[in-house]
Amino acid sequence: MKASLGLRAGLLSLLIFVAIVGIWQIATLPTAATGPAMDPEYAKLVGAAAATGTKSSMPTPADIGATIWKHLADPFYIRGSNDKGIGIQLAYSLGRVLLGFGLAALVAIPLGFLIGMSPLVYRALDPFIQILKPVSPLAWMPLALYTIKDSAISSIFVIFICSVWPMLINTAFGVGSVRREWLNVARTLEVGPFRTAFKVILPAAAPTIMTGMRISVGIAWLVIVAAEMLVGGTGIGYFVWNEWNNLSIANIVTAILLIGLVGLLLDQGLAWLAKLVTYPE
Amino acid sequence: MSFFKDPFDPKALLGRRCGCGGNHAAADHARLTAEAVPAGEEARWNRVVDAAVLQAVFPVDAQRRLFLKTVGASTALAAISSVFPLGAAREAFAQGGALEKKDLKVGFIPITCATPIIMAHPMGFYSKQGLNVEVVKTAGWAVIRDKSLAKEYDAAHMLSPMPIAISLGVGSNPVPWTMPAIENINGQAITLANKHKDKRNPKDWKGFRFAVPFDYSMHNYLLRYYVAEHGLDPDKDISIRSVPPPEMVANLRADNIDGYLGPDPFNQRAVFDGIGFIHLLTKELWDGHPCCAFTVSKEFATQNPNSYRALLKSIIEATAYAHKAENRKEIAKAIAPTNYLNQPETVLEQILTGTYADGLGGVKKDPNRIDFDPFPWNQFAIWIMTQMKRWGQLKADVDYAKVASDVFLATDTAAMMKEMGMTPPDPTKKTIVVMGKPFDPSKPAEYIESFAIKRT
Repeated sequence: MKASLGLRAGLLSLLIFVAIVGIWQIATLPTAATGPAMDPEYAKLVGAAAATGTKSSMPTPADIGATIWKHLADPFYIRGSNDKGIGIQLAYSLGRVLLGFGLAALVAIPLGFLIGMSPLVYRALDPFIQILKPVSPLAWMPLALYTIKDSAISSIFVIFICSVWPMLINTAFGVGSVRREWLNVARTLEVGPFRTAFKVILPAAAPTIMTGMRISVGIAWLVIVAAEMLVGGTGIGYFVWNEWNNLSIANIVTAILLIGLVGLLLDQGLAWLAKLVTYPE
Repeated sequence: MSFFKDPFDPKALLGRRCGCGGNHAAADHARLTAEAVPAGEEARWNRVVDAAVLQAVFPVDAQRRLFLKTVGASTALAAISSVFPLGAAREAFAQGGALEKKDLKVGFIPITCATPIIMAHPMGFYSKQGLNVEVVKTAGWAVIRDKSLAKEYDAAHMLSPMPIAISLGVGSNPVPWTMPAIENINGQAITLANKHKDKRNPKDWKGFRFAVPFDYSMHNYLLRYYVAEHGLDPDKDISIRSVPPPEMVANLRADNIDGYLGPDPFNQRAVFDGIGFIHLLTKELWDGHPCCAFTVSKEFATQNPNSYRALLKSIIEATAYAHKAENRKEIAKAIAPTNYLNQPETVLEQILTGTYADGLGGVKKDPNRIDFDPFPWNQFAIWIMTQMKRWGQLKADVDYAKVASDVFLATDTAAMMKEMGMTPPDPTKKTIVVMGKPFDPSKPAEYIESFAIKRT
C-alpha cells in the first residue's frame, strides 16, 4: 500500500532537515588546537577560539537551539530602552509593516482603479511608475530622514513606498482586464458607473488585486528588516543589527528563523483572504 | 575656591586677592581653602548658597562681620533661616532652578568612547540631577546627525569634528552646534587583519583598504596624518572608506578591508575573536588627542538653560568618575549589557583598565589606553579645522579662533567645573604634539603649509 503524497512529502522534508543539521553539526565540530601553546594570561583575555589560535567559528545547531529556546521562553521582557524581548521587537516591526502597507493600500487601490479604467491616465502615469518602481526602497531612506525629520515615520514611509507599486500595477491590470461582456451586460441593464465599479469591476478584479497585495506584503516584510537596521531603535531589524555588533551568530540565526516564520504567516493570511474573493470562471 | 569659603567665618580676609581668584591673600591660600572647602558635593553647594544669601542680607562687609562676631555663626545661621528659607534655596540651587525639560533623549553609538554618556544612566548620574534621561542606541554617525538635527535627540554623542562640521555646514546644512564636553581622550587604535602580521611598516601598506568610522572623525584625520608622515598619499596609495564601527570587525573577518583606525571595543573585539591584531594605539601618535564629544544644539542650550546645565553637570561628573582608574572595572560591568554596549565584559575591561591582549600573543599594560577628560580645549578644534582644510573638506576661509570658541565651549565648561568644586585647567595652556611635530594654534595656515602631502 502506498502512503499518501502528503505523508511522503513530510518524510522527505524531515530527511532534508536532518541532513542540513547533521552537515552543520559536522562542519562546526571544534577543531583541535593547532597553534603553539599560548601564554595562559593571554589566553584568559581572548575568546575561546582565539585562545587556540583560530578565528571564532559558527555556533553548532545545539547552540542555536538553546538560543531560540532562551528567546521564546521570555519573548516580552523590557530591560531598558535598548534591550527588549524578541516578541516585542517583532511586534514593532509588524506594526510598522501593517501601517505602511495599509496606507499604501489606501492609495494604491483607488489610484489603480482610476488607471485601469482610463487608458489616458494609464499612459500619462506610466513613465513615473516605470521609473520609481525599480528603485530600492532603502534609497529613499536618507531623503525621508531629511525631509520628514522623524525616523519612525521615515521607516513607515519606506514601507509605504515599496508596497505601493505591486498593488498599483496589479489593481490597474485587474481592472483593465475585466471581461468586456460583463461590462456590456451592465451597460445594457443601465447600471450607473459607481454601481458598475463596485458590483461588477471590483469583484471581477479582486483576485488580481489580492495577488498584488500578497506580493506587496512580502516585499514590505523584506524591507522592514533592512530599514530598521539602518535607523535602529526598535524592531527585529534593530535586533539583528544589535547582535551583529556583538557578533552573536546564534542570535542572528534565531532572528532569521523568526523573520521567516512571520513572513510565512503574513503570506498565508493574505492567501486565505484571496481565497475568499476568488470565483469560478 | 572663593565660592567655598565659609561665609559664617568673621575672620575671613577680604581684598588682596590670591592668584586662585579667591578673596584671600596668596599666603593664606592653602590654609583657607583646605579648611574652608567642605567635603562632598552637596555640602559645597550648600556653602555656595549660604554665601550668596548672607551676601544679600548684609551687602556691606563690615556689617556682616560685626553681626557674625556678635552673635556667632550658628546663631546667625538660625536667625537667617528664620527670615529666609535657606533650606529651600539650597535645594533650588542644587537643582539649578526649575528644569524646563525633565525627560530627555540622548543618542549614542555603542562604543567605549561614549562611556560617560552611557554609564551616567545605569550609575545614576542623570537621575541625581533630577533628569529622566533615555539613552538611545543609534546605528551610525549619519543617523545620529540626522536625528539630532531633526530634534529627536536633545543631546547626542558625536565625534568631536562633527559639531564643527555641522556648525560650518560641511556635509550638512549649517546649524549652530556646540560641544560643551569632550568624552574621551585617546582610546582608539589601528587594527590590522592577522594576515598582515609581518607588514608593520606603513610603507608596505600600498593598496590597503582601510575603514574609519566617519569622514568627519579624528580617526580619519589621524589615519591620514599617520600614513602621510610615512610618505603614502591617503587618497591615492590606500583607500579609506566610512564604515560604522560595529560593522568593522565583520568586514575585517570577511576580508573586505585590511584594517581600520577605529574606536574600541572593536579593536579589542577583533583580538578577542582572533581576527586581527592591534598595530598601534592612537595614543602613540598623539597622546591626549580628543575623540568623541557630548554635543547639543545651540537652540537646546539657550531654550532650556537649566536642563542643559543639569545635563552637562551629570556628564562632567560621570567623566570625572570614569577618569579614576579604580572605577574602571565597575564601569566595564555597568556598560556591558545588551541595553548598552552589548559586549563581553572582559573585552571592555581590557580596554578600560589598559591591560590587554594585543593579538600577537602578548599582554600589554597601558593604563592611559583610554582616558576621560571633559575639557573642550579650543586648540583641539583649531587642529581639527587645519586637517579639514588639509584634506579639502573645508574649502572656504575660516576664522579658526572664532569657530573654535563658538563650538568648543571652554568658558562654559570651566565655569561649570569651578561651580562643581573642580579646578578647570588654564584654557590657554595646551601643547599639542602629533607624531613629534608641535602644533601652534595661533598659526594654523602655516601649519597646513608645512605638510608635503595635502589637498590645498
